Amino acid sequence: MPQSAEKALDHAPLFCEPEYRQMLAEKKLNFECPHPDQVVSDQREFTKSWKYREKNLARQALVVNPAKACQPLGAVFAAAGFERTMSFVHGSQGCVAYYRSHLSRHFKEPSSVVSSSMTEDAAVFGGLKNMVDGLANTYKLYNPKMIAVSTTCMAEVIGDDLHGFIENAKSEGSVPRDFDVPFAHTPAFVGSHVDGYDSMVKGVLENFWKGTARTEATATINIIPGFDGFCVGNNRELKRLLDLMQVNYMFIQDASDQFDTPSDGNFRMYDGGTSINDVKAALNAEWTLSLQYYNTRKTLDYCRDVGQAATSFHYPLGVEATDELLMVISEISGREIPEAIRLERGRLIDAMADSQAWLYGKKYAIYGDPDFVYAMARFIMETGGEPTHCLATNGTSAWEDEMKELLASSPFGKNAQVWPGKDLWALRSLLFTEPVDLLIGNSYGKYLERDTGTPLVRLMFPIFDRHHHHRFPLMGYQGGLRLLTAILDKIFDNLDRETMHAGVTDYSYDLTR
Amino acid sequence: MSLKYDNDSDFHAKLIADVLSQYPGKAAKRRSKHLSVATSEKDAGEDPNTISECEVKSNIKSVPGVMTIRGCAYAGSKGVVWGPIKDMVHISHGPVGCGQYSWSQRRNYYVGLTGIDTFVTMQFTSDFQEKDIVFGGDKKLEKVIDEIAELFPLSNGISLQSECPIGLIGDDIEAVARKKAKEHTTTVVPVRCEGFRGVSQSLGHHIANDAIRDWVFDKKDLKFEPGPYDVNVIGDYNIGGDAWASRILLEEIGLRVVGNWSGDATLAEVERAPRATLNLIHCYRSMNYISRHMEEKYGIPWMEYNFFGPFQIEASLRNIAKHFGPEIEDRTEKVIAKYRPFVSAVVDKYWPRLSGKRVMLYIGGLRPRHVITAYEDLGMEIVGTGYEFGHGDDYQRTGHYVKEGTLIYDDVTSYELEKFIERIRPDLVGSGIKEKYPVQKMGIPFRQMHSWDYSGPYHGYDGFSIFARDMDMAINNPVWGLYDAPWNDRASAVAVA
Repeated sequence: MPQSAEKALDHAPLFCEPEYRQMLAEKKLNFECPHPDQVVSDQREFTKSWKYREKNLARQALVVNPAKACQPLGAVFAAAGFERTMSFVHGSQGCVAYYRSHLSRHFKEPSSVVSSSMTEDAAVFGGLKNMVDGLANTYKLYNPKMIAVSTTCMAEVIGDDLHGFIENAKSEGSVPRDFDVPFAHTPAFVGSHVDGYDSMVKGVLENFWKGTARTEATATINIIPGFDGFCVGNNRELKRLLDLMQVNYMFIQDASDQFDTPSDGNFRMYDGGTSINDVKAALNAEWTLSLQYYNTRKTLDYCRDVGQAATSFHYPLGVEATDELLMVISEISGREIPEAIRLERGRLIDAMADSQAWLYGKKYAIYGDPDFVYAMARFIMETGGEPTHCLATNGTSAWEDEMKELLASSPFGKNAQVWPGKDLWALRSLLFTEPVDLLIGNSYGKYLERDTGTPLVRLMFPIFDRHHHHRFPLMGYQGGLRLLTAILDKIFDNLDRETMHAGVTDYSYDLTR
Repeated sequence: MSLKYDNDSDFHAKLIADVLSQYPGKAAKRRSKHLSVATSEKDAGEDPNTISECEVKSNIKSVPGVMTIRGCAYAGSKGVVWGPIKDMVHISHGPVGCGQYSWSQRRNYYVGLTGIDTFVTMQFTSDFQEKDIVFGGDKKLEKVIDEIAELFPLSNGISLQSECPIGLIGDDIEAVARKKAKEHTTTVVPVRCEGFRGVSQSLGHHIANDAIRDWVFDKKDLKFEPGPYDVNVIGDYNIGGDAWASRILLEEIGLRVVGNWSGDATLAEVERAPRATLNLIHCYRSMNYISRHMEEKYGIPWMEYNFFGPFQIEASLRNIAKHFGPEIEDRTEKVIAKYRPFVSAVVDKYWPRLSGKRVMLYIGGLRPRHVITAYEDLGMEIVGTGYEFGHGDDYQRTGHYVKEGTLIYDDVTSYELEKFIERIRPDLVGSGIKEKYPVQKMGIPFRQMHSWDYSGPYHGYDGFSIFARDMDMAINNPVWGLYDAPWNDRASAVAVA
């Protein structure tokens, strides 16, 4: 009997006990009807080959382990960045359970979202009744200032008209006539979560800006962060920098407090976020800056349409991208970049210089959302590393072109390959045939780490299997330090793991590095 | 262990009235049918184990616009029943999201080479685009199956898990399944588990069971020698290795487990199930359908059992053994006797730390009732319980477990649950990931009772000591004493100084 009362063996050690090993071996032998060992190991070897890679990359219909989610997730995340806003997803309710779980598992925080709970009858007759009853219940029970409505693929396939439905619900008294119910159509079979983010932010802006004339432009700068699993650390870091610069700015969509509420005995269903008054006032800003272009394409067009100047970044990370961000802000606000920030910059450069030898020539595979992959590749090249595989399942051909331009700008990008639309099973083949030293992406990469032995640096969204990473910034020079340290830790941990076998690999198991 | 206690019926009835008063009239009326307080059993003579009754309306539509915790039929089929069958590829057929959100989120432990001969922790999707909605996805699905055959040749079958659009646009996935099964000489199972079907994940379980009946059973000539002590373990999904902790015990009493459904299961184990002599069903809700079918068609009796906590483990083992006669019964008594000192040691260690602690549960499947006695084995009391997607027969069975005055809530909304928790202030809440963080913010210890908070197993004797340890570390964690900043009480600090 392996288990004891004194020290309960959890799953990991328990199933290493001989009793369990034997039981599992017998189960396999007698009941599982496995393929012969030789057949399995042959197939395993085959999947590492160039031949398998060719077949794998030639796939046209099957998608395996994609690095993208569907639109409504992005819409739900976007809505969480506005003050006292309840997300209302029009469609079947299971989707909402998935979005809430996904966000909670990443942030380790509550995620409050309601559904109109459509079922078969709604599929036949449409979901108007669900919208009318649902908005009334949400309004009464959860005391929101705003209800942000998005759709699932079900509501989109049957063609429910959100604008008409919301008007109907208002006429029936579900919510007061002047209560704000912005909406966005977010079909899951179009684009990905980054597009859902875009649609919802645009929906909120339209709700408040449409039909309102811009008064004389003020000097305020609107900042749209984009879908960002590190919004907690990043948004706060950016605000700190902007405060140091004494810039007049406003975040449009800021989920940093919503996904980082304190534990003090109270559950706050809502916290932080851009207020309705601020969204209204944001119409009069001179500039709108988006930190992630591919997350905000429609929103940026809309901002330009209303008369704002707008520009965007690709998730600014590292030295030059942060320099650019600050210089643009300095230029459009007329504020100097203060000495304190120059010193921060110098400290990041100092750290990079101190560690350069460990980073120079290292090869990387980077996957994730298009803006992040762009930013990460740029930072890797700053450290003297080579971004070898750059993959975005939701990357477009325009993204591919931009990536190639970036990679061509540095000798370190010479051997890089860009993989728009490919998934993580394709990346597996790439890693076997053209290996790299480090893999950068979300938690789903842990299977690639196991299969190919490529150490994984966990960044972005979702990170399910490590805690609290998102509380630290990646942006700004401080964020650069955090990135640098994360990569270096992985390199040193890996070197230690490879050389820690006493009496065998004592060499290189150094104390001082 | 039969703990004697009653809950405060009047207080709980008032709580129900209070939360209902906050709803708009129509919703209040609908929700009122799902909330109640367990009453004492009027007909105790009929079943001596029944200690109370808890009647609520269940398995009906959720109220729109309130935060239900329920999932959908796809979650029931792909996420629960089919997903853990490890040597098959399960296609999330439709847009990318459903497969992505259910990817590796249940801890169905297995042993195998992922991507080679095992596929549980992968996400296969047909990634529907707009053109697939407009022109239909059957052609694409055919191609998806061909590509799977080429890239994953050691997969022993494919299931097609339909997402919402499939049913809405009228794709004929059955025809695709038949065609491709023939072409590739493999098992292809179409499952009509679109998320809008039914009112929760529950219908997905039923549909998944029906698909096993219609597309798996009796399709092959099986080479298999049945034995006199062959059983199937049904409805154990091997969360954190639960099914293994159960299997080792069943083997110890002399049984042969020919199929583990569906945690760490292979298609072969499912195919051979009709040859067993007894079906042992743990999660009644998700798998009673196929058990009933096997009883009707193959004459295999089925029996519910509960492997949470020593009180139920002993009762279940004896009940199972009775089916097989004296030889197994003798072995079972020896096994029970062997574990008694271990059980005593666990209880002796944790009882002083846990007795009298009050627990509220809100979970799915079988756990809202099955774990109750495991808590009571440690001296803890259950003040409230309810099911995400239970049916009337689940609540009938719950009567065997709960004490009079227990608060019962079906398809509870997050609003109700939070209010109940706030007013009752239990010592522990056991529910899911969506409930975990709001409860912890309130300063109340919490355990995820779908995923065991990534701990486990909880089944069987090996699981019981982990269960006890986990409840202790949740409840007696020093962090709960740190919630109030000391300067909130500055006057007294000065006085002490």
